[in-house]
Amino acid sequence: MTPIRLVGRIVLRIIGAVGAVTLFVGRGLFRLHPFHGRALAGQLVQIGWLSLPVVGLTALFTGAALALQIHSGGARFQASDVVPAIVAIGMVRELGPVLGGLMVAARVASSIAAEIGTMKVTEQIDALVTLSTDPMRWLVTPRLWAAVLTVPVLVAAGDIIGIMGGWLVGTRSLGFGSAAYLANSAAYLESWDVLSGLIKGAAFGLIVAASGCWWGMRSGRGAEGVGRATKSAVVAAAVGILAANFVLTGLFFE
Amino acid sequence: MIRTVGLHKAFGPKTVLAGVDLAVGQGESLCVIGQSGTGKSILLKCILGLVAPDGGQVFWQDRPLDAATRPDFFRRFGMLFQGGALFDSLTVWQNVGFRLRQRMPDARARALAIEKLARVGLGPETADLMPAELSGGMAKRVGLARAIADDPEVIFFDEPTTGLDPIRARRINDLIRGIVTETGATAITITHDMDSVRAIGDRVALLQDGHIAWDGPVAGMDRAAPLAGFLGRS
Repeated sequence: MTPIRLVGRIVLRIIGAVGAVTLFVGRGLFRLHPFHGRALAGQLVQIGWLSLPVVGLTALFTGAALALQIHSGGARFQASDVVPAIVAIGMVRELGPVLGGLMVAARVASSIAAEIGTMKVTEQIDALVTLSTDPMRWLVTPRLWAAVLTVPVLVAAGDIIGIMGGWLVGTRSLGFGSAAYLANSAAYLESWDVLSGLIKGAAFGLIVAASGCWWGMRSGRGAEGVGRATKSAVVAAAVGILAANFVLTGLFFE
Repeated sequence: MIRTVGLHKAFGPKTVLAGVDLAVGQGESLCVIGQSGTGKSILLKCILGLVAPDGGQVFWQDRPLDAATRPDFFRRFGMLFQGGALFDSLTVWQNVGFRLRQRMPDARARALAIEKLARVGLGPETADLMPAELSGGMAKRVGLARAIADDPEVIFFDEPTTGLDPIRARRINDLIRGIVTETGATAITITHDMDSVRAIGDRVALLQDGHIAWDGPVAGMDRAAPLAGFLGRS
């Protein structure tokens, strides 16, 4: 095979894959009739509520570590006072959405891919079809919408907990007064900082759920196939989040 | 009632179905037998549309089964999957009443599901169990109850006794025979268990090398030369 033909084949394959994933997500998002409200409610709990502890703990330690880093680094050019503002801006713009998204990816993309993959290899998906139920509507649509709706809420919670992590360190170890720290945190925050982070959260939620569903639906046979689908879902979700974060940050702030 | 004409299916270079012609009449119980890997389950999935055939056509009541007619067909048939294929996240009654819950309140669907569970010999105490709490034989029975929950006109059985000991296999065969006789449903059973064929079938078809190599009444299969190898006769 000539190099040009090889490159052409790879490009065509990438275009084909992007098209297939786009169609899959589009069908998953907009096949709403009949609407499976019970399935959506279950996924809101699974993806949103049950992810709160891990997202919250991640944000708490990240906010606390960020405060220590900025205090220590800022001391080199007499800028230790900016700790509250930079922790707040860093959390809501970047670290809250990205780390929250990555933690949800680790927890949720893997579980969605494993669950759907297992259903596929045990013929449960075939059973759904024979019971006049579209697997896209029953399995994919509720997961996509639950992730799009709950990850921004998780990001918002993570932002608050992260800022409070910084506040804890700032007031206990770095000598900030409590009221002054909180006032400084709020003073430099703009509404777009918060909103952009929430939009990122929705986008990352979609990436996480879409990765889990896509790889789960394409799971190979047996335990090995499900394991491979799970691994692929987490890797794709994590890389997708980081790439989307770069693109969205460029769109929002450049 | 159901007819396949020239069904073809290949996976890469391996041809699994090479022009399968088969017909099942109203109220008839057909067993499709064949060695492992001969494409029995693929034939079943092609009939159901779960796997797209490369060629040929499936007819139901003389109408081609396609995207337009399949939803109506699916409303009138039930299927027992080889491993049960029960939904892990739903209780036993929710599995049995899965289709019923789409068109009636939960209380009514649950009552009907418990009736169907009783028909397959399971008491109401099993209704709230999860599939992971069931033995293999119980899971088959729940799968059977789900298959008959909506009083289907056609029932498919994919290897109904696989993985069961001889006593439980005989019970499942007896249940299937009783249900098919009682409801008058058309039945298509995929199996390599000759005890199942004798218990369930009116007719038997041998799938071999991608074709139907023999098709005739169960009563005549012991004298059929093409079945000699499969039945272990010299």
